Amino acid sequence: MSAIRPLAAVVLTIGLFAATGCTASAPAEPTATASDELSGELTIFAAASLSQAFDELAADFERLHPDLDVRPISYDGSSVLATQLIEGAQADVFASADEKNLAKVADAGLADAGEPFATNVLQIAVAPGNPKGIETLADLAHPGLTVFVCAAEVPCGSAARTLLDTAGVALTPASEEQNVTAVLSKVRSGEADAGLVYATDVRAAGDAVTGVDIEGADAATNVYPIVELAGAQNPDAAQAFVAFVQSDAGRKVLERLGFGAP
Amino acid sequence: MPVWLWIPAGLGALVLTLPFAALLIRLDWAAVPAAVSSPEALQALGLSLSTAALATAVCVLLGVPLALVIARSTGPLAAVLRTLTTLPLVLPPLVGGIALLSLLGRNGLFGGALGVLGIRIPFTTAAVVIAQVFVALPFLVISVEGALRAVGTGHESVAASLGARPLTVFRRVTLPLAAPGLVAGAVLCFARAMGEFGATALFAGNAPGVTRTMPLAIYTAFNGAGVREDTAIALSLLLIVVAVAVLLLMRGWRADAVR
Repeated sequence: MSAIRPLAAVVLTIGLFAATGCTASAPAEPTATASDELSGELTIFAAASLSQAFDELAADFERLHPDLDVRPISYDGSSVLATQLIEGAQADVFASADEKNLAKVADAGLADAGEPFATNVLQIAVAPGNPKGIETLADLAHPGLTVFVCAAEVPCGSAARTLLDTAGVALTPASEEQNVTAVLSKVRSGEADAGLVYATDVRAAGDAVTGVDIEGADAATNVYPIVELAGAQNPDAAQAFVAFVQSDAGRKVLERLGFGAP
Repeated sequence: MPVWLWIPAGLGALVLTLPFAALLIRLDWAAVPAAVSSPEALQALGLSLSTAALATAVCVLLGVPLALVIARSTGPLAAVLRTLTTLPLVLPPLVGGIALLSLLGRNGLFGGALGVLGIRIPFTTAAVVIAQVFVALPFLVISVEGALRAVGTGHESVAASLGARPLTVFRRVTLPLAAPGLVAGAVLCFARAMGEFGATALFAGNAPGVTRTMPLAIYTAFNGAGVREDTAIALSLLLIVVAVAVLLLMRGWRADAVR
């Protein structure tokens, strides 16, 4: 009689697993503690204009999850990062400076549409104090001025193109760069008289450059989406980070650095 | 030599050296120690040194046999092989990067099959080494082939006629005779791998600690993402110092060989 009980237990257990479609390895932990169990590595690809914000957010996120190691973030133009992802680069999270480059990644079946988490507008970055007296987009077309912009494929470049076309300004840039920080660094180093960059970049540069507001800049507002990538090695951490960026804490960091609400 | 030739010669030397002089003048020397000893710089330098060393080893393993085949071939085969070997030398490395992606990328010729096996090569440290091998291998092959051709096959024939097996001839006669070319080629190969940028940027990407070698760290620093322009100049100095040291080492070795 006593031998039947263990047998019954085994049968019952097998029946239970079969009924719930559960495997022995699937833990039935409550989701509330899941966020504390994040571990391993998290790899993030982010638009160059997010570098300061995401460095801060990643540090905050690591503090919340001590067992998790956020790898040094790869910052570049969104189109460069999108190409790398489509060609097989491995990452868990992608934050683009526009929806177009995220759509390219989504079209390749590597992510869903993502969620907007911030916005940004362009400013004209000039040397401190604006020695050349640049006030409007039209001033940039003045002969003798060296102006840098982002390439049209990069979000800051496509926004710049939209604004210039709308204003009817025919600008011949000295160079089209692959990411916004490249344009900013040309202005900082004095190689460029002016550059079209994001208002947040001007703000982050502090006294190194002066920003000139562009009339109607809102017409080319960049919406930043973030997404967990389909091939993520660490999907739990990716999901948690995406949620963290959109949380009140994340929004506060982005707002402080000059990003608008989505 | 006509005395006036000194003028274009001097201008030529200036063209080559003035930019580096300007770089040194622009350098904020006080900031150099901090810039080159920053964790990012050391990480990039370490990655560059280790990948370049690995690439050089692969180049020696593959390049010496290839050089031998080319040196001992005649007619069209030798010409075709030599042309193919020289191709990566004259093409922009970016083309090499695209070609490597076409071969091993997610949608590449072998990339898909490798993906099924769970092997991913692009945008990994392995991709850095492959890109470096691709651009540096010609330097080794051409150098070793030149050495092999210069010494001819006389000694090998004698050794073979005395009963030495092919492997023995290769090990005891061919390799020692080609040694000066091999060392020079390996050093050049290493220096080229250290400096490789274009193919790496496309095929391996620019991930800190994984694929960001010194040239990519300099590019990134110069473009202002994360680091500062001063860092780019300081890192450039570091790379120049390494390159000069490598080239001097080779010169010294050659002088010994001649003596």
